[in-house]
Amino acid sequence: MTINRLTTDKPRLVVVGNGMVGHHFIEQLIEQGAQQQFAIYVFGEEPHLAYDRVHLSEYFTGKAAADLALTDGQLYDQHGIGYFTNSQVVAIDRDAKSLQLASGDSLSYDLLVLATGSYPFVPPMPGHDRDNTFVYRTLEDLDAIRDCAAKVSRGTVVGGGLLGLEAANALKNLGLETSVIEFAPRLMPVQLDETGGQVLKEMIEGLEVSVYTATATQEIIDGEQAFHRMNFADGSHLETDLILFSAGIRPQDALARQSGLEIGERGGICVNNDCLTSDDSIYAIGECALWNGRIFGLVAPGYSMAKAAAAHIMGASDKRFMGADMSTKLKLLGCDVGSIGDAHAQTQGCKSFVYQDELTQSYRKMVVSEDGKKLLGAVLVGDNSYYDTLLQYYLNGIDLPNNAQSLILPSMDGAPAALGVDALPATASICSCHNVSKQDISDAVCAGALSVGDVKGVTKAATGCGGCAALLKKVVDNELLALGVEVSTDICEHFAYTRQDLYNLIKIEGIKSFAELLQKHGKGHGCEICKPAVGSILASVWNDYVLKKEHIGLQDTNDRFLANMQKDGTYSIVPRIAGGEITPDKLIVLGQVAKDYGLYTKITGGQRIDLFGATLAQLPEIWEKLVAAGFETGQAYGKSLRTVKSCVGSTWCRYGVNDSMGMAIHLENRYKGLRSPHKIKFAVSGCTRECAEAQSKDIGVIATEGGWNLYVCGNGGMKPRHADLFATDLDDETLVKYIDRVLMFYTKTADRLQRTSVWMENLEGGLDYLKEVVIDDKLGLADELERSMQHVVDTFQCEWKTTLEDEQALKNFRQFVNYEGGDENVVFVEERNQIRPATEAEKQQLIAKAG
Amino acid sequence: MQWKLMCEQQDLIEGAGIAAMLDGQQIALFYVPEAKQQVFAISNWDPIGKANVLSRGLLANLKEEWTVASPLYKQHFELQSGRCLEEEGLSIPTWQAKLEQGKVFVAVS
Repeated sequence: MTINRLTTDKPRLVVVGNGMVGHHFIEQLIEQGAQQQFAIYVFGEEPHLAYDRVHLSEYFTGKAAADLALTDGQLYDQHGIGYFTNSQVVAIDRDAKSLQLASGDSLSYDLLVLATGSYPFVPPMPGHDRDNTFVYRTLEDLDAIRDCAAKVSRGTVVGGGLLGLEAANALKNLGLETSVIEFAPRLMPVQLDETGGQVLKEMIEGLEVSVYTATATQEIIDGEQAFHRMNFADGSHLETDLILFSAGIRPQDALARQSGLEIGERGGICVNNDCLTSDDSIYAIGECALWNGRIFGLVAPGYSMAKAAAAHIMGASDKRFMGADMSTKLKLLGCDVGSIGDAHAQTQGCKSFVYQDELTQSYRKMVVSEDGKKLLGAVLVGDNSYYDTLLQYYLNGIDLPNNAQSLILPSMDGAPAALGVDALPATASICSCHNVSKQDISDAVCAGALSVGDVKGVTKAATGCGGCAALLKKVVDNELLALGVEVSTDICEHFAYTRQDLYNLIKIEGIKSFAELLQKHGKGHGCEICKPAVGSILASVWNDYVLKKEHIGLQDTNDRFLANMQKDGTYSIVPRIAGGEITPDKLIVLGQVAKDYGLYTKITGGQRIDLFGATLAQLPEIWEKLVAAGFETGQAYGKSLRTVKSCVGSTWCRYGVNDSMGMAIHLENRYKGLRSPHKIKFAVSGCTRECAEAQSKDIGVIATEGGWNLYVCGNGGMKPRHADLFATDLDDETLVKYIDRVLMFYTKTADRLQRTSVWMENLEGGLDYLKEVVIDDKLGLADELERSMQHVVDTFQCEWKTTLEDEQALKNFRQFVNYEGGDENVVFVEERNQIRPATEAEKQQLIAKAG
Repeated sequence: MQWKLMCEQQDLIEGAGIAAMLDGQQIALFYVPEAKQQVFAISNWDPIGKANVLSRGLLANLKEEWTVASPLYKQHFELQSGRCLEEEGLSIPTWQAKLEQGKVFVAVS
């Protein structure tokens, strides 16, 4: 379509700029049927139609331009919208209402929308335009950066703001030795206060990115060791091969200026609440627009402007632009950073709460009103789990609780104090990208959207940056509950049952396979949720060999290959070392095997030896050697008993009052084959000094003068919990009997992946109830529980031994079915005299060197 | 288009995947007796976990669509289209595959 031949009876609506905001504006127009009234045309300077600039960096990590595209032209074609890429508009003649294009063509308009966005600011220092200097804005910029980075080794970002740090991350991932230079005295000066900036700096330096703050570059000249040398105002300098400028944005207002539209003092096209400029047939939206003296450099306010302009054009007045919240939450180089409202505490009379933990490098600040009732702002560095709740207090002006500081204090039971979604007003903004309120979600649920997925589809909530997904789920669940809709406890779409239900069905009906269970009680063909859960139940009820033909497809990778998958797809091997006791001969075998196969070796937290870096095909040969030397599977891969940690007890220790070693070995051997809802760990201490730390385990045993004290349902992990004292001064036999009953009751009744601690908390009556069932046999189940456990004990087999004898099962371990070689992506480097997996950057460097 | 012999049917594992090499590229072959197509071929590379592991994931049938859940971080990839269910816009390469007289073939263009 050539521009000069465009003819139409309808008034022309022309959009200049096809970035995220320009495209969103078109979507709004389409939604409101504007294409019936107007002939709509879009001009974009870039060769691509609109793409997702927020996720631009993902272009470096494998996404193609097509993946980032927001539209492929089909949408425009379908609604008869004319679009032109590679087309720059160079002048506006407002009197004639016509546009002049770089191609020489011109086009008249009735309504004009400027969505020209912004351009990166490059400080005008001498040398800023040398070769190998870049900005970070378009896909073409990224192509050029990637080409350059492949040839050099050092990169520097000028600008330590949000985008600068993201660019630094990209350079680091491209394998460059990376530095960041910030003119202000701290990183992210707009969003963070002094301490926050300092904590972030330390975290980023910990990631081997050099950070220079309060540093002004005076000139860039030829380097001696590298391509450039940057001379700083304080006389120091830095040599680098590649420079990336990310020193802020400036509104792209050249067209508007040239045509005499009203422009702000420091740039930006002045607009009113309808996004109308000083010319009532021209609108401006996004980063080129200046509203109330402010430029909004985020996509969400741009989208709101697009909505306001589209609504005004279509004659609605309810969507006026009234400013936007600039709070941000992001992960920069793996560090959590959050900033809300008045982060710099500039409000008259405001007060602050500050929490800082130098050990874990986290910093949190709340700025509250003079009377302490409202949240005005916040800064978070190191842990963003506090962000959502704080944002809701801020955005909705909710009264702070009495001990407001608890909102940023670490919570003793793991999760930060959360604001119940009940407390949110209907106007609360849940998704700021698409401006979806709690009321919108409630309406969607009432109109029949009964799942998070459906609500997303209807409202678009959580489809922008995705940061609100967890909150959205809570709101949806809450709305469903309020409607009296039962929130499903089904294990997945294939079984309308809980894990406990499935356990009972399998046990009572004597079901022996997944296929049989599915046929009798399920639908479809199963998934990664129900298959391992049923696999585990079948194993704990019948204790069949897990790699039998009918069970193999149920096993998660660790159970299928009887080893622990690590991040690079290799496996680690943990033979059983009951109680941590091992002979010198066996130690030598482990060392020899590790040496022969070049494995990384580490003592685990549970007193075993872990051998890392074995490939799939090596597993059987390694285990053949280990089994021959008397080792058996450690089941360290399964949801099963892992280790029984122990001290040496009365055998060696001058304080020990009982044989903790002997008891630990006995317990480990007794329960080693048990498949459970979650992994379980034991410990046995020989005296109350508690060297084995038994009170942090699912089952803890501590020797006393009178026998054994039994502790249950503690754990380490993400949410540590001390075990509860269950019974005291037990003899050996009673101790084992109680453990049998507790463990089997847990295995039969817990949910999938539910730890013993959570399971007990959820038992009505908690610890006391558990005591009644186990000690007083209130339910008359004690015999049955012991029998079930005895069956597991009697049918134990070393899965590796069985596997090595089974030709069919061994086929499972071939790296490739038709090729003898290994996986080229598995690359190790050396650190502290052992192997470790190469990082992405190291791999790219190795490939570059090889090339 | 040309059909390339990958392996024998008996080399496949019912209800699970195995890895194979196709012209220097790692692929994952899934044997799904219940599906109309019975055998699927997708790239073995998990673009999110960044490792060649998809052949070792669990088969999941979600809303009638056959997928594999990556063994690393559990994202689902459709066996037919390669589309990732959790990450909009992300998909992995797939190939046509067939079972014929006890042999497994994959199509190359």
